[in-house]
Amino acid sequence: MGFRNIIGRRLGLGLVRRRKPFSTATCDGDGNGNAKSINLYSAINQALHIALETDNRAFVFGEDVSFGGVFRCTTGLADRFGKARVFNTPLCEQGIVGFGIGLAAMGNRAIAEIQFADYIYPAFDQIVNEAAKFRYRSGNQFNCGGLTIRAPYGAVGHGGHYHSQSPEAFFCHVPGIKVVIPRSPRQAKGLLLSCIRDPNPVVFFEPKWLYRLAVEEVPEHDYMLPLSEAEVIRQGSDITLVGWGAQLSVMEQACNEAEKDGISCELIDLKTLLPWDKETVEASVRKTGRVLISHEAPVTGGFGAEISASIVERCFLRLEAPVARVCGLDTPFPLVFEPFYMPTKNKILDAIKATVNY
Amino acid sequence: MNSASCAAKISTQPFSLNPTSPTSHDNPLVFPKPTSFFLGSTRKLRLSSSSKLNLHRRSGTVVAVSDVVKQKKSKSTPSLLITKEEGLELYEDMILGRAFEDMCAQMYYRGKMFGFVHLYNGQEAVSTGFIKLLKQQDSVVSTYRDHVHALSKGVPARAVMSELFGKTTGCCRGQGGSMHMFSREHNLLGGFAFIGEGIPVATGAAFTSKYKREILKEADCDHVTLAFFGDGTCNNGQFFECLNMAALWKLPIVFVVENNLWAIGMSHLRATSDPQIYKKGPAFGMPGIHVDGMDVLKVREVAKEAIGRARRGEGPTLVECETYRFRGHSLADPDELRDPAEKAYYAARDPITALKKYLIENSLASEADLKAIDKKIDEVVEDAVEFADESPVPSRSQLLENVFADPKGFGIGPDGRYRCEDPKFTEGTAHV
Repeated sequence: MGFRNIIGRRLGLGLVRRRKPFSTATCDGDGNGNAKSINLYSAINQALHIALETDNRAFVFGEDVSFGGVFRCTTGLADRFGKARVFNTPLCEQGIVGFGIGLAAMGNRAIAEIQFADYIYPAFDQIVNEAAKFRYRSGNQFNCGGLTIRAPYGAVGHGGHYHSQSPEAFFCHVPGIKVVIPRSPRQAKGLLLSCIRDPNPVVFFEPKWLYRLAVEEVPEHDYMLPLSEAEVIRQGSDITLVGWGAQLSVMEQACNEAEKDGISCELIDLKTLLPWDKETVEASVRKTGRVLISHEAPVTGGFGAEISASIVERCFLRLEAPVARVCGLDTPFPLVFEPFYMPTKNKILDAIKATVNY
Repeated sequence: MNSASCAAKISTQPFSLNPTSPTSHDNPLVFPKPTSFFLGSTRKLRLSSSSKLNLHRRSGTVVAVSDVVKQKKSKSTPSLLITKEEGLELYEDMILGRAFEDMCAQMYYRGKMFGFVHLYNGQEAVSTGFIKLLKQQDSVVSTYRDHVHALSKGVPARAVMSELFGKTTGCCRGQGGSMHMFSREHNLLGGFAFIGEGIPVATGAAFTSKYKREILKEADCDHVTLAFFGDGTCNNGQFFECLNMAALWKLPIVFVVENNLWAIGMSHLRATSDPQIYKKGPAFGMPGIHVDGMDVLKVREVAKEAIGRARRGEGPTLVECETYRFRGHSLADPDELRDPAEKAYYAARDPITALKKYLIENSLASEADLKAIDKKIDEVVEDAVEFADESPVPSRSQLLENVFADPKGFGIGPDGRYRCEDPKFTEGTAHV
């Protein structure tokens, strides 16, 4: 890929040499400085621009990234940072991730893009067997913390079997990696920068439904949001709802409807699924006594099961009703039947009422 | 030599990039001129022997078939490559493919079908050239660009259109959609959205055929499997694994590469260390052939040999068809990256126009015959759309069916009845 070019640019062109102090403590993500209203893919694009700007050993690669990617998340990166740092790979997911692990092991920041989360399975072996265990089995001599894998996930209305899957549960079962899912543009930018700079390999799932639909005020400066901290995005007292990604907007609608019936819902965005913030959820359940978890992935073995089991362990005597899970059905993600498969607002609403009236 | 020149282009690129230029989707790398090495020109391909197609030698000689076909033609002009019936059959199949795909585009933009739809315009010669030589029991494995493979294999246009509309009368009862055409009757094993996923499946199907013949002693079983896939797939591990297995076990399979030079926005020349895919065959011990995929007659000649080889039990073949898709990758692709000169070059080599010219020049068919076929196909496609429109949408209980072997899905509930029959199970307690 022309390593001579990288060195040439570093020394000859006097690129930015400053290194930000990389910590995952909160830098502010609220309105300090200019904020513009942009959508999710633009926010991610900004985050990638900042990541490459602040670290000249950061690379972005994947299928079709150099023209901007099929979702436009990588627009402008190749033009700005050159083809030595932003490049297309051939169609080989296993190779892409394995190659990324190698880059990360040698101290680079490798930001790999998998075009759709549905295609991540060939790379599953590399992620589970290599990325997650690299630091552990080398006794901390090597690590691939610089690896971040980004993949669009989730339903999009017409995706069918292979453009709509939510595979987060598979990855949450792997000690050694982190799994992060943002719910909105401002969260995405901050979380993605934290993931890139986190000294552990991270799988970052982006809700593809929100790429154009979600628009929010996003600060233009460099900021990071903490990992492994859940956020209570709506206060309530009757029931706790836990979710992540695009599903939160559906849950929010259900909460609004439930409010009309006098049910006060507390809504929590997990943000990081692995390792997840048990304390925040537990504190909320101790307050309300009821919990409902919702995700698009099939209900059996979905991440909701882990949350449910943990909460029951910790808050058994406090619970007033069984833990409810409103999730996708146990079928492959359907094409024509998508509206029936999805955990819709009405299904959540019914479950809220059933739980509250238990 | 050519890979070196490509590599040279890539490595000089960063210096010439102007960072302040407006972001555009134009590829900085210039598309090589049409007269370059393997695009349409077979001059540089070495002919190991003159007139015979050396597909029988295990060491895998690469033969420039296009040259051989040309030779054949010039040697004995009165002998034509096809008869009138065959010519009309080929023409009809290609017209069906083209008309169907055009209708798909129309229906998509009218909102009648949805999802990710990938059209085959321009590549008809490959589908027709290969599949029309198959018997019903031969298997075909395709990719997401599978409508025309299904049609060529014999799946009725009505069934394919209904499937695209998501209706119960579709070939997969509406559960598969555009990218997943299956047909047990016609031995079409899919329809794979994931690139490369179909190749191992095809390898397994080919193994069955060989097993039936040699172990189960069904002497008549000489079924062949064709695996179709694109240039991007040739960089994927599954492809190499299967080439190895097929050659190792001498499976009756033909690997057909539809090299249309583009994997969404990734040019084949920039993604592959050696862009000449046919060379990968001999590396695994099978012949590798390159053929002009815009010429149905040439494709058919190569296909005859490759399929014949497989039927005789001589093992697999890798055929690279140089072809082109006239539309974007999918109906959602704005198709801004490809050089208009490149598109024009291939548009001039439209396989349907070429076959039409051949038929008329060699007096195999008249304009009137061909127009009659055009009209017939128009009616078939219109009828398919009407049929699909009028077909019923699948009932909600179908959602849960076919997850497991029990087609009713999910087995028996606590009340002893099939769970999918319980309205509460699909509707939940909520209305959708």
